[in-house]
Amino acid sequence: MRDTMRNRCVGVVFYVSALFLLLSSGAMAKEWKLSPKQSIAEVVEQAQAGDTLRFVAGVYKQANIIIQKPLVLLGEKGAVLDGSHQHEILVLAAEHITVQGLSFQHSGRSSLNDLAAIKCLDAHYVRIINNQFDNTFFGIHLSNSNYALIEGNTLKAQALNEYELGNGIHLWKCKNARIVKNTITGHRDGIYFEFVTHSTIQENISTKNMRYGLHFMFSNDDEYLNNTFKNNGAGVSVMYSHGVSMHGNRFEENWGESSYGLLLKDIRDSEVIDNQFLANTSGIYMEGCSRTQFHGNEFKNNGWAIQLQASCNDNTLERNNFQGNSFDVVTNGVVVLNTLKNNYWDKYQGYDLDKDGLGDVPFRPVNMFSTVMERVPAAIVLWRSMLVFLLDRAEKVIPAMTPENLMDNQPRMKPYDYN
Amino acid sequence: MITIDNIKKNFGALQVLDGISLSLNRGHSYALIGPNGSGKTTIIKSILGLVVISSGSIHVEGEDISRQWAYREKIGYMPQIGRYPDNMKIGQLFDMMMNIRKNSGTLDEELIETFRLRDLFDKRMHTLSGGTRQKVSAALAFLFNPPILILDEPTAGLDPVSVEFLKDKILKEKNAGKLILITSHIMSDLDELTTDLIYLYEGKLLYSNPIKQLKRETGHDKLGKALSSIIIQTQND
Amino acid sequence: MLRIIKYIMYDILRTRFMFIYFLFLLLSTIALFQLDSEASKVVMSLMNVVLMVVPLISVVFTTIHFYNSYEFIELMLIQPVNRKVVFWSEYLAVTISLSLAFLLGVGIPILLYGANASALMLLYSGLMLTLVFVSMAFLAAVLTRDKAKAIGVGLLFWFYFVLIYDAFVLWVIYTFSDYPLEKVSLALIAFNPVDLARILMLLQLDISALMGYTGAFFKNFFEGYAGFIFSTALLLVWMVLPVGFATRIFSKKDL
Repeated sequence: MRDTMRNRCVGVVFYVSALFLLLSSGAMAKEWKLSPKQSIAEVVEQAQAGDTLRFVAGVYKQANIIIQKPLVLLGEKGAVLDGSHQHEILVLAAEHITVQGLSFQHSGRSSLNDLAAIKCLDAHYVRIINNQFDNTFFGIHLSNSNYALIEGNTLKAQALNEYELGNGIHLWKCKNARIVKNTITGHRDGIYFEFVTHSTIQENISTKNMRYGLHFMFSNDDEYLNNTFKNNGAGVSVMYSHGVSMHGNRFEENWGESSYGLLLKDIRDSEVIDNQFLANTSGIYMEGCSRTQFHGNEFKNNGWAIQLQASCNDNTLERNNFQGNSFDVVTNGVVVLNTLKNNYWDKYQGYDLDKDGLGDVPFRPVNMFSTVMERVPAAIVLWRSMLVFLLDRAEKVIPAMTPENLMDNQPRMKPYDYN
Repeated sequence: MITIDNIKKNFGALQVLDGISLSLNRGHSYALIGPNGSGKTTIIKSILGLVVISSGSIHVEGEDISRQWAYREKIGYMPQIGRYPDNMKIGQLFDMMMNIRKNSGTLDEELIETFRLRDLFDKRMHTLSGGTRQKVSAALAFLFNPPILILDEPTAGLDPVSVEFLKDKILKEKNAGKLILITSHIMSDLDELTTDLIYLYEGKLLYSNPIKQLKRETGHDKLGKALSSIIIQTQND
Repeated sequence: MLRIIKYIMYDILRTRFMFIYFLFLLLSTIALFQLDSEASKVVMSLMNVVLMVVPLISVVFTTIHFYNSYEFIELMLIQPVNRKVVFWSEYLAVTISLSLAFLLGVGIPILLYGANASALMLLYSGLMLTLVFVSMAFLAAVLTRDKAKAIGVGLLFWFYFVLIYDAFVLWVIYTFSDYPLEKVSLALIAFNPVDLARILMLLQLDISALMGYTGAFFKNFFEGYAGFIFSTALLLVWMVLPVGFATRIFSKKDL
């Protein structure tokens, strides 16, 4: 009984979407085949809304192609659009445009304009799928374009200086975008969000970008899930936003002087849950961060797992694993208004007499010497020396430099298993 | 033969040897005597290279010994107090010495036999009495048949029978044409064993002549008497 | 020379000290592995052993051994044997036996419980510290005339390099904290073998942090093998210099 109901529902959904497809692409949709000798602009001119432009293999040295009607651009294997290092390649300025399977290379570079391989201006519902971008300045650049789907693209850039690079996927003032399974390497920022709301960034891999793997500002109510950010110049930065959900991401090997797995600045009412922070100089650096939940994260082999500036309050750190970090928590303040609870700290040396899996004495994660290093960074060359060991012991007995009330009252005895 | 030319040695401010020159020849046996602290042991150690002299030179068989070591195969040395690695057995000690000296000539094991050391080969050095140690030291000094023998208080601590054995051995080697240098406080022993007298006083050489000449000069027949009269004489000077 | 080394080794092994040292290292390493399942935490605990205990034992054992071997040395020196050969035989025999005790005592459990890069680096820096501090202890031994003084001087070396020097470095860094100190602090570290060995360990355990505050200079320095080669070269200097001086002194020393 129930099964037939479900089948009927599925059937209705199928018919409705088929109808929608027919209406939008037009029953008489035509396919145009393009070769490198043809002028793309002319074909675009002739094509009707809903038509498909199929690019056969070859290098198309044509640029500044402006599309103002809902077309489908399909690239066959080996179809390459080349901007000759001077121009923007595609400009999408209509709704419901699809760009799929194309390669883009050598867009122009400019310090004045954000030249991009694909630029979307007020283009809602664009679908940019499985394209390849080699050495483009900006890869995909959206402004004021809602409901975009950007999926399965590969973006690669190479340059020695930051000014020669644009962002991989750049969104400005967009809503409801979905950015899924893209791979971005070697750009300035892998993914850039400014004034973007209700959007999802999912399962992307952003590595070796010169500045941030993900750069995120003034963008509320977004989520980013299961992405990997590895080896970026300064990690991931999330700033001036609220309602951000960060789940299941990996922040890995972001090394450098001001490099963070995750930089949180002026963030409130957000979630950082089930992420992994592995071997970053600083796992999370937070400043002006409030009412944010940090649960189920794994901090492993970082220089500093968490750098908590005094401007943070009402955050909760609960059920996280801290293992193999040089320093677990460091703070510049004395008053601490955040909650630490039930975390596993591998540096904890307490005991559990009542066998409830939680230690019977509190753990103070702030190391005295890390406070010294806040003031004199070069002191790191003395880390793990006998001298520092003795100073630390002394500090544990008579706390003078570390905040006394920053502690986990119920530290867990064994690490959580997050696999 | 050993030629010592104007050697000086000081330990800090203390002048232990103050310009000593000597010429020691084969076939002679020298008694090196003097009060405690007169520099006897320092001279011996200088010849062995254990003490590095401050100035002057020492030649052994014509070779300047400074910074050299090969010349020591010509010397057999019996220390005043034989000190050996505690954990070693006597047998191992002899094995080791033979191993290290790689001596090509024939070994002289006479003292090992006469002192019956072979029966003690399984004993560790630290279990030995002072006398037995002396026997080991003596046996080692003669073992490699060296042309020069330096014996520092050889009879001290030995039982009377062993003393006689050792004296016989020393005389035998002297007669075989070896150069022998002995320090001792027992004048009668020296009387029997030595042909020449070297008398040191506060780092200086006071007397160096054949004993016969000394006896003739002093008119005493016993070395001890002859020596004390010489000492009185020099102190009066 | 080999013959003499053989006899000295035989003597060292007979004293059982080496065996006790080996057993101590073996048992404490196994105990640490038993207490903690995570290899990296064990390595961190062992690091304290390596940085403090290994130099201490090396110094104390070497000086005691040297003075206990005085008879042997004397015996050798009245034989037709070069003084330097005797001295180096002593040095090599002590170095080899202490190194072996350390490598086996810490190495066997590490191999049993699983070796990783940082554990191997631990073995390496322990070995280097053994070489360096045996060398220093030989210098202490020839500088003095009796056992107690030699142990005193050796302990002073140990205390200086393990603690006092670092206090001085911290003072410098603190006092001049307004200036860029990366190069200075690294140069200061080069004058302390314990610190060099520690830096080798930091390269394994704290690379993420090292890449942090201290900026591009450290990054360039520590990336790749540069840091490793630099530290190793300096540690070798620390090994060669004291024993070199000691040889010179010994070849002129009165016994």
